[in-house]
Amino acid sequence: RWTTFSICSPKVCIVGSGPAGFYTAQHLIKVDIYERLPVPFGLVRFGVAPDHPEVKNVINTFTLTARNSRCSFYGNVNVGKDVSIEELQQAYHAVVLSYGAEGNRRMGVPGEDLAGVYSAKDFVGWYNGLPSCQELSPDLNCETAVILGQGNVALDVARILLAPTDILKKTDITQPALEALVQSQVRRVLIVGRRGPMQVACTIKEFREMVNLPDTRPEMMADDFEGVKEALKDLPRPRKRLTELMMKTALEIPSEKEQERQSKASRVWAFRFLRSPIEILANPDNSRTVGIRLAVNRLEGSGDGARAVPTGEVEDVTCGLLISSIGYKSLPIDPSVPFDSHKAIVPNNMGRVQHTAGLYCSGWLKTGPTGVIATTMNNSFDTARSVVEDMESGTVDVSAARPGSQSISGLLEERGVKPVTFSNWEKIDSLEMSRGEASGKPREKLLTVEEMLQHLTWTELILYTLKGNPMFFIMDAIINKLLQCKSIQMV
Amino acid sequence: MALVTALRRLALVRLRECSRRTAAVTSGAWLTGQRSFTTGTQSLRSDNKVTVNFINRDGEKITVKGSPGDSLLDLVINEDLDFDGFGACEGTLACSTCHLIFDEDVYKSLGRVTDEEMDMLDLAYGLTDTSRLGCQICLTKSLDGIVARVPESVADIRQSKDGSS
Ligand SMILES: Cc1cc2nc3c(=O)[nH]c(=O)nc-3n(C[C@H](O)[C@H](O)[C@H](O)COP(=O)(O)OP(=O)(O)OC[C@H]3O[C@@H](n4cnc5c(N)ncnc54)[C@H](O)[C@@H]3O)c2cc1C
Ligand SMILES: NC(=O)c1ccc[n+]([C@@H]2O[C@H](COP(=O)([O-])OP(=O)(O)OC[C@H]3O[C@@H](n4cnc5c(N)ncnc54)[C@H](OP(=O)(O)O)[C@@H]3O)[C@@H](O)[C@H]2O)c1
Ligand code: FES
Repeated sequence: RWTTFSICSPKVCIVGSGPAGFYTAQHLIKVDIYERLPVPFGLVRFGVAPDHPEVKNVINTFTLTARNSRCSFYGNVNVGKDVSIEELQQAYHAVVLSYGAEGNRRMGVPGEDLAGVYSAKDFVGWYNGLPSCQELSPDLNCETAVILGQGNVALDVARILLAPTDILKKTDITQPALEALVQSQVRRVLIVGRRGPMQVACTIKEFREMVNLPDTRPEMMADDFEGVKEALKDLPRPRKRLTELMMKTALEIPSEKEQERQSKASRVWAFRFLRSPIEILANPDNSRTVGIRLAVNRLEGSGDGARAVPTGEVEDVTCGLLISSIGYKSLPIDPSVPFDSHKAIVPNNMGRVQHTAGLYCSGWLKTGPTGVIATTMNNSFDTARSVVEDMESGTVDVSAARPGSQSISGLLEERGVKPVTFSNWEKIDSLEMSRGEASGKPREKLLTVEEMLQHLTWTELILYTLKGNPMFFIMDAIINKLLQCKSIQMV
Repeated sequence: MALVTALRRLALVRLRECSRRTAAVTSGAWLTGQRSFTTGTQSLRSDNKVTVNFINRDGEKITVKGSPGDSLLDLVINEDLDFDGFGACEGTLACSTCHLIFDEDVYKSLGRVTDEEMDMLDLAYGLTDTSRLGCQICLTKSLDGIVARVPESVADIRQSKDGSS
């Protein structure tokens, strides 16, 4: 399927080391990956919920790709700031942008910036250890939380807010988040959508997890499902099965055993439909949120394309915590790169950035911020295929040699930027795992960039003084172990 | 060097490393819930083996033999079959990239599908009524000679719709 061509080592680089970066790299002969953070894997590390460790198995394949001599990882390099796209284009025959979607859609309603209102992107980043979100310290000192949006991210957030902390403490959730959740007063989570039950964006596996979540019970409203049964038969299988499970949850009388389980549950979750945010309500001194005003909608049309139209009626819901989970959003990286600000993607044709030979994109930046890892994988393979085709056809001229990482490394050194190699990441990785082991978790993440870099400097310094010593390897192992203990005390 | 050969070799190396690694890493603390890929169950008697015919995305037929008890994903890995992106979650029912399509009679003989497998299948590309997830199907002697088709990827579907390839 991959056409043949014979040119000596065209130079390709990728910006971003999430699934898109790694799946694109997997199909290119020789490739350098530039990543802003000292640590790789993007949303697999900082997005995927801590109680979904199996999803993170993709990291094993990424690691094999990165360890291969054909692939070099340069972490701690902020493209657009430390090095420009133009400089990359001069150094490489092809540049693939895979930097994901690091912004979020805004509700665009008054009160959005009040205390107690968070974007799901920040909330997720907080419990998953994203360095830029560690100051968030969300206030969980209220009974009811409202989540806006009914996608899988909304369900991740709901689950983290409601799951027994005995379950969470065995995951790689950060220690500060775990402690906050242990203290959390949140007992009720409302997951609010602007359209109806047949338009929810979440998938069935995640909904079923909510249904089965220990110590919680659903509180769906039967009225919401009027007329839904009649529409079921025409739905495609995935939508049909999901709708059936929601109906079962809302309408059927549970088995005796389930009734008993539910009656003992201390926390509640519910879906609310046909409601759009119009204003976040503040307390009298305007210092924090106390609720949300919602417009009551009706649906125009049917199926996936149905539109929410306000009826004019409004409804106020009291809540002390409001999390807006209405989608992520890609941001432009450099004025020289075309950007469709309406769709918030880089406009492209099969991954080829419009009007810019040699520039490509993959992942959420290419498609918009939807799709699971498998979707991202497929669209990244497509982009890699475009790169290969263009080099073969001559659309991208690879006859003249380019310096690749050599010239970029020079630029970075001049600018005082010290890239983190993949083997350096593996040092951070093993430190995190041994710190986790100490507290019965699979990993205890380092929470700041400084901490990550500091650990590497320490290791380097000690290894440097030891070089030349015949006991080097034994000492290396001992020192690594000692350093790990030291860092545990340091934090 | 021809890219295609290099890519295939790369992928093969990757898969080979992969099967070795997963066998070695299953006790790794943070990979909880990971199912180990069966290795080393090869029986000396080849008549104990189960023959499986895979049809890859190019329509080529690839015939391999596996041991009873292995899953179809194990087989793909042990035999170094190069199906792009197959088995991303390593058999933990979290990705749907091990999607395979069967003929109706074979599908019926594969046994009951759990809700959890159905949930994950619902996310698969090109879902059919006779689709299954390869990591959930264990070989038995009675499956000898089955045909399992690897579905086209989205790009293939799009391209053949456009008529552009
Ligand atoms: C909260 C959440 C949970 C999810 N859970 C699941 C799940 O359970 N299962 C599933 O299949 N899918 C899940 N997904 C979807 C999945 O994460 C995405 O499909 C996938 O991560 C998109 O990959 P990407 O590489 O395009 O983006 P990202 O994963 O975001 O990777 C982008 C990378 O680029 C880097 N970067 C950004 N800017 C720069 C720059 N200027 N210079 C250099 N590098 C830069 C970032 O640091 C990051 O590492 C989830 C998504 C979210 C948001
Ligand atoms: N476990 C997993 O597999 C997993 C976990 C997390 C994320 N993911 C994937 O990652 C992707 C992103 O997830 P996501 O939840 O961020 O996005 P999403 O699936 O697109 O859901 C966004 C939700 O926000 C709503 N919304 C959008 N704009 C709105 C507005 N202005 N006002 C009110 N509501 C609005 C949408 O409703 P409308 O439909 O009406 O627009 C929808 O309910 C998805 O593909 C998801 O499947 C997967
Ligand atoms: S390998 Fe992921 S679901 Fe089968």
